[in-house]
Amino acid sequence: MASDTDDTVQAAPTSSDQEQPSPAAGDQASPAQASPEVDEQPSSGGEENAAPAGGEHASPADGELHTETQAHGGADDHGSDVFPPFDSTTFASQLVWLAIAFGLFYYLMSKMILPRIAQTLEQRHDRIASDLAEAERLKNETDAAIAAYEQALTEARQKAGDIARSTRERVQEAIEADRTEAETALADKLAEAETRIGEVRTKALAEVDTIAADAAQALIGSLGGVKVTKTELTKTVGDVRAQ
Amino acid sequence: MANDPISQFKIQPIIPLEIGGLDLSFTNSALFMMLTVATTAGFLALATSGRGLVPSRLQSIAEIAYEFIAGMLRDAAGSQGLRFFPLVFSLFMFILIGNLFGMFPYFFTFTSHIIVTAALALLVFTIVLVTGFARNGLRFLKLFVPSGVPAAVLPFVVLIEVISFFTRPISHSVRLFANMLAGHITLKVFAGFIVSLSSLGAIGIAGAILPLVMTIGITALEFLVSFLQAYVFAMLTCMYLNDALHPDEH
Repeated sequence: MASDTDDTVQAAPTSSDQEQPSPAAGDQASPAQASPEVDEQPSSGGEENAAPAGGEHASPADGELHTETQAHGGADDHGSDVFPPFDSTTFASQLVWLAIAFGLFYYLMSKMILPRIAQTLEQRHDRIASDLAEAERLKNETDAAIAAYEQALTEARQKAGDIARSTRERVQEAIEADRTEAETALADKLAEAETRIGEVRTKALAEVDTIAADAAQALIGSLGGVKVTKTELTKTVGDVRAQ
Repeated sequence: MANDPISQFKIQPIIPLEIGGLDLSFTNSALFMMLTVATTAGFLALATSGRGLVPSRLQSIAEIAYEFIAGMLRDAAGSQGLRFFPLVFSLFMFILIGNLFGMFPYFFTFTSHIIVTAALALLVFTIVLVTGFARNGLRFLKLFVPSGVPAAVLPFVVLIEVISFFTRPISHSVRLFANMLAGHITLKVFAGFIVSLSSLGAIGIAGAILPLVMTIGITALEFLVSFLQAYVFAMLTCMYLNDALHPDEH
């Protein structure tokens, strides 16, 4: 800090030397700044004298600076020679306007802007949360629907299986019954046929004896002229057969 | 404009005003403070006026700034720190936009004045003190007594802690002030080299290329510094507030 101010102070006298030809203006400012400087000089000079007495803002560096400036310049215009950031004459104005500006800014931010942003962010957050909840609910609904569908499908499949099985059983039974019936009928017919065959055979066998006797009589008659009665022949045939 | 690098920091009254013997003129500094407030508040009001569920571009900027500061404060001082969110947000935006305004040629940088940064730093310091004692009572003094320090060296540690605590507003304010001041002086000096070299004829103009390149580079750097210093100021504010809220977690 000290070296900075020294530099400034050393720079200042040269510039004031250059400006010296215009003593009427009584300051060292460049032409562009001349008019405000002229207005400012008397008042700031007066305050500068008052400042060290008032006291609290003037740092030791400032005091040093004043004396040096006065030693070099020897003029009454040291107020504007001070390195601007350490020029305590401007402190009051800067503080007041900072308080006004920053106070206003703080008020606007805390009462208007920030609640608005916070509200928007909260709304968005709520909206996203509720949308997510809604999506979750719909997903659950979908899952439930899928589960119900699967259940119905399983039941239907089971029912179809049952129907198929019972139908098969019924058909099987019907077939079985038909077969049994047919078999019984066939067995009856078979038995009947066997009876008839038996009868026919018995009858045929009985006729065989008569035929054999007739044939034997005819043979004997044609061979030897021996008369054999039918009764004998029949008896003989019966004997032979019995043997 | 004068050519020396210091004149850019001169406070010049625009509307002279004197109350009770104090010079309270509306100055170029006050003008840029008010411009900063008007621009920032106006921009944010415009950006957030839509309140869209899906943010517009402007609204996104406002929301990013909001969440950036809120995140910083929450990380540094916990969710209790969010009570101070308007303060930290205002400080950050005020300093940031003030710094950036200063990057325009011929504009005044009000953060390059120690009294402004000191006032803001003291505001933070006062709030930390008041909050610290109001919330914790005398437990706030635990801030100066780190746990786990041997009793023999404890007095020294406490002394160091106390000194470091009370020098905070100085470092807090000088950091911002000095960065802005030095940056603007450097910029002005290098830019001045271009002018004085190029008045020396062809060789001078060729030689002026180097300071021109430097000036461009430093301008970019100064934009970074403008943001960074606003960030650092707000970040330190968050950390100091954390001390006020949680003095024993040290």
